Amino acid sequence: MDTRNGFDERLRKARQRKGLDREKLSQGRLPGSGAIGLRAGVEVVSALVVGVGIGWLLDRWLGTFPWFFLVFFLIGGAAGVLNVYRLFTPRKRPGDPAMPDAVAGTKNGSRTGGGRRQDD
Amino acid sequence: MAAEGKTIDALSQFELTTALGPIGAAVNFTQSNLFMLIAGGLILALMHFGMRPAAVVPGRFQALAETCHEFVHSLVTEQIGPEGRRFFPFVFTLFMFILFGNMLGMLPYAFTFTSHIVVTFTLAMIVFVLITVVAISLHGKKFLGYFFPEGAPIWLAPLIIPVEIVSYLSRPVSLSIRLFANMVAGHVMLKVFATFVVLMGSAGAVGVFGAAAPLAVNVALVGFEFLVAFLQAYVFAILTSIYLHDAVHLH
Repeated sequence: MDTRNGFDERLRKARQRKGLDREKLSQGRLPGSGAIGLRAGVEVVSALVVGVGIGWLLDRWLGTFPWFFLVFFLIGGAAGVLNVYRLFTPRKRPGDPAMPDAVAGTKNGSRTGGGRRQDD
Repeated sequence: MAAEGKTIDALSQFELTTALGPIGAAVNFTQSNLFMLIAGGLILALMHFGMRPAAVVPGRFQALAETCHEFVHSLVTEQIGPEGRRFFPFVFTLFMFILFGNMLGMLPYAFTFTSHIVVTFTLAMIVFVLITVVAISLHGKKFLGYFFPEGAPIWLAPLIIPVEIVSYLSRPVSLSIRLFANMVAGHVMLKVFATFVVLMGSAGAVGVFGAAAPLAVNVALVGFEFLVAFLQAYVFAILTSIYLHDAVHLH
């Protein structure tokens, strides 16, 4: 089992190096427009909930009822739009050659990645 | 049970009652807790008894256990990168717990503990605390730069920083609402259509034919709910991995 796993890992790395399975990199996105729509809705609602919550708490603390509530309502809406924007922009992959500093940049990368070839 | 009094009672299935008789009542041990324990026990049993043979050609349970392991492992390494392996136990536990919670909820008379926002929000807060602690311990003060993208004009800071902070704080909320809303909506729909079947069926000979339509819908819904049960566990796990990737790499 060990050798087999190791082989699969090396094969996958080699394929990735040669750029054979490039389309696998764009995975991690859900199929179906309904699922995407629901996710976008949840993102907006949750950002609004957080914004309104912060504003309302600040108001209750400082006794300035409508003002922080209004400001943080707008901020929450903006954060919701930002969340949806992030949902639809392609994410940077760790294995992506366009982001070479991703793996080398963190100090734990060499510790976990370099020492052991097989973890299972 | 739901059709008593000819009304649709779709929400009583989410009510908590104490389990295990007087002992459970004394310590407020609810059926939600009971099913959490069952889920945990089943996961442990699957991983322990499944992997005990450790055969080269796996049997059924070993194949299932290995598939689960392989699935989460590839998800974690793909999303976080090679250094994400240290988070594999966490993501695997989270994924299996939610998956078993959702799947157990599909059994008749079972309780879906993931249909309570207290449970999902607690799980999401664990993730949130973890990603924050990981980001701060790996990057220290640079973590604060996360809330202000490099190259943005400085006069936009009063606008960008609150928006980014609210966006960051909305992560556990959206994680928990998504799982909770999906499970509640699915189970309410199942219950509503099941009640239709009973109500129609009690209306005599014509009603029996009328009951066939909601019954067919319910059969399709059960299949769909199994998909949702898996998909929501997957979404929770993959979003956890994406957040962990952000925490490790800070974009």
